[in-house]
Amino acid sequence: MKIELTRQKVHNEFTKKVELISGQNLFACYQCGNCTAGCPVSFAMDVGPHEVIRYTLLGLEEEALGVNTFWLCASCLQCTSRCPKGIDIARVMDALRMVVLRKKERRDHIQIPEFPEGFLERLPQIAFISGFRKFLS
Amino acid sequence: MKKRLGVFICHCGVNIAGTVDVKSVAEKIGKIEDVAHSTDYIYMCSDPGQQIIRDAIREKSLDGVVVACCSPSMHENTFRKAVRSQGMNPYLCEIANIREQCSWVHQKEKEEATQKAEEIIQATLEKVRKNDPLEAISVAINRRVLVIGGGIAGITASLDLAEGGYEVILLEREEALGGHMAQLSRTFPDLDPAFSGLHLKALEVEKHPKIHLYCYSELEEVKGYVGNFELILRKKATSVNEKKCTGCGLCIENCPVEFASVFERGMGMRKAIDTLYPSSVPNKPVIHREHCRFFIDGSCHRCEEVCPEKAIDFKQEDERILEKVGAIVVATGYELYPKEKLGEYGYGEISDVIDGIAFERMISPNGPTKGKIIRPSDGKVPKEMVFIQCVASRDPDRYMPYCSRICCMYTAKHATIYKEQVPDGQPYIFYMDVRSDCKGYEEFLQKTIEEKGLLYLRGRVSKVFQDDGRVRVLGVDTLTGKMVEVAADMVVLATAMIPSDGVKDLAAKLRATVDRHGFLTEAHIKLYPVESSTKGIYLAGCGQSPKDISDTVSQASATASKIQALLSTDKLLQDPLIAFVDEGICSGCGICVEICPYEAREMEPHRGISVVHSALCQGCGACIASCPNNACELRNASANQVIRMLDTFI
Repeated sequence: MKIELTRQKVHNEFTKKVELISGQNLFACYQCGNCTAGCPVSFAMDVGPHEVIRYTLLGLEEEALGVNTFWLCASCLQCTSRCPKGIDIARVMDALRMVVLRKKERRDHIQIPEFPEGFLERLPQIAFISGFRKFLS
Repeated sequence: MKKRLGVFICHCGVNIAGTVDVKSVAEKIGKIEDVAHSTDYIYMCSDPGQQIIRDAIREKSLDGVVVACCSPSMHENTFRKAVRSQGMNPYLCEIANIREQCSWVHQKEKEEATQKAEEIIQATLEKVRKNDPLEAISVAINRRVLVIGGGIAGITASLDLAEGGYEVILLEREEALGGHMAQLSRTFPDLDPAFSGLHLKALEVEKHPKIHLYCYSELEEVKGYVGNFELILRKKATSVNEKKCTGCGLCIENCPVEFASVFERGMGMRKAIDTLYPSSVPNKPVIHREHCRFFIDGSCHRCEEVCPEKAIDFKQEDERILEKVGAIVVATGYELYPKEKLGEYGYGEISDVIDGIAFERMISPNGPTKGKIIRPSDGKVPKEMVFIQCVASRDPDRYMPYCSRICCMYTAKHATIYKEQVPDGQPYIFYMDVRSDCKGYEEFLQKTIEEKGLLYLRGRVSKVFQDDGRVRVLGVDTLTGKMVEVAADMVVLATAMIPSDGVKDLAAKLRATVDRHGFLTEAHIKLYPVESSTKGIYLAGCGQSPKDISDTVSQASATASKIQALLSTDKLLQDPLIAFVDEGICSGCGICVEICPYEAREMEPHRGISVVHSALCQGCGACIASCPNNACELRNASANQVIRMLDTFI
């Protein structure tokens, strides 16, 4: 597949939004792949975290958001601690989830009212937070 | 009388001892009648190892030594010094190479290797038995130096040598000093202006009492050898009397003829009488006769009329200057791969596709656009800017196999300067690898990528073509596996560095060698990197291999210090292992004179025989092989010795 790069497309609004939410500079990524190499769930991902970052930098929103990578991300922070450029990759994954959530286009997420009574109270807070962050798909 | 020989066998750690049974070899060799001492040691070249040799010479009164170890190019000198310290003539010490020529190549055949090592030692013993004690040949030397090339390499070497107290002749074929560095805008990794630093050094050269500067001049002829070179220089006619000229520039202002400037990479014009660049060093104009109307049809005298000093001299002729020097530095620099030969990427066809130096001129404040980045075709500011690296470099099948080394960093610098000037533009950099291997380079690269948002795309560009006023670039981003296309406003090609024009002819004159690309070859890539393979000829800068300014300056200084060591004495000691002629046998046929590659053989007319010029002879043996009468032989490698050595193997 061929893509045409222009200065409007490259590092576009989508990229900037991900950078703003995550607080990370994606130009800093030099594609070494250490994040993907150390990720405990990368075997199940459509593409590795480094590829998602590359798509995002190039402004390829569809390619970046159309993969399961950041939904499978367990926020274990292996990637963040391994990154030689100090990029908080887990935050970037988080930001990608947020970008999808904020669109409010998808309706397949967990319906909270359908939870059994008392279930929410019994959930540990960390599970509650991460569950909400990732409750789509 | 039988000699008393000593044999010292080195283990070289496990390099030799891991394959050759050194103990048994030492024992067997020790039984030979004239071997008075035979022993082995883990590292003979170490100080305790050398001490073993020194002690044995003293205690056993040895008069010949064989060290069985690595190649003589490694430690022959070490051991010859060691034997000399005990009063033995150093040429009675020989190396038996049992590492490169035995243990390393026979690692799987230990028994045979042991036997071969023994035979190599026996053969070397045969040589030592018939070796003569020799003395180094002493030659008087001229303590001046010729530096060819007035770029940053030549400037640095000249200044270093002159500061060391040596007289320097600096030769530059252009009208002024500076070389390619004078064309550069700013330098990586500190983004310092290139010109100001260079200009200071050039002025220092011009004013230095020990440096004789010849610009617009070429080397016509070289004769002689290390310590005693005789030169003929040609100082081309500038048609301007440099003593009268004050550099006021009136002639340049008034000259009606303009032509495309090579210095400005064809983007700017220059006059028929002009300096190479504004405030050049020396700042004296030159008339380019092929463009000047006086020389074409005699129709114009404008410069002569306006010159207040009457400095214009149409009748000036080329001058031939004779000089003598003891050493020569070749600092001839580089060119970028020529447009005509590339035939790719629209180079030479699309005006908005330019090369790295053209872009340097564009971003130089004294350049044709006064430092503004604009499209050559229509003067518009380019908003989509493509940089392509490795153009004609790292392409063994079609162009140059080597890495040109400077392009990665200058492209990062170009993209940075572009982004500073055009903040809303996007630079795209197509690369294969980014090589940033010197101090501060990687940091510079990463910092600018992050801060300026340079988009690096990993992959070669397949095609560049003109499309509706834009330059369409087809490439790939191998990191995503996607083909990419950019409709660029302008493209800068980081074309390969090649040796500058005419180096092959110059090298032939100097009897120095060049590699298949035309880069001058060094005597040893690691151990003698600034010496050429010809004694007395030294290298500096990109004429030897592509390198950036930091490396060029370091190499030029290294060259200068090597030469200062060479010239620090009045006499030069030469290896005496050279050819000699048995005057009773020589028939004077002259075959050796023709065959000698070093011009070391000469006919002596009144005696009708051929003689050896001992300072020029390199001991290659070509004359010996070609002599029909066996009249010449090499010192300490006589036919008799060689046959005896061969006999031990058969």
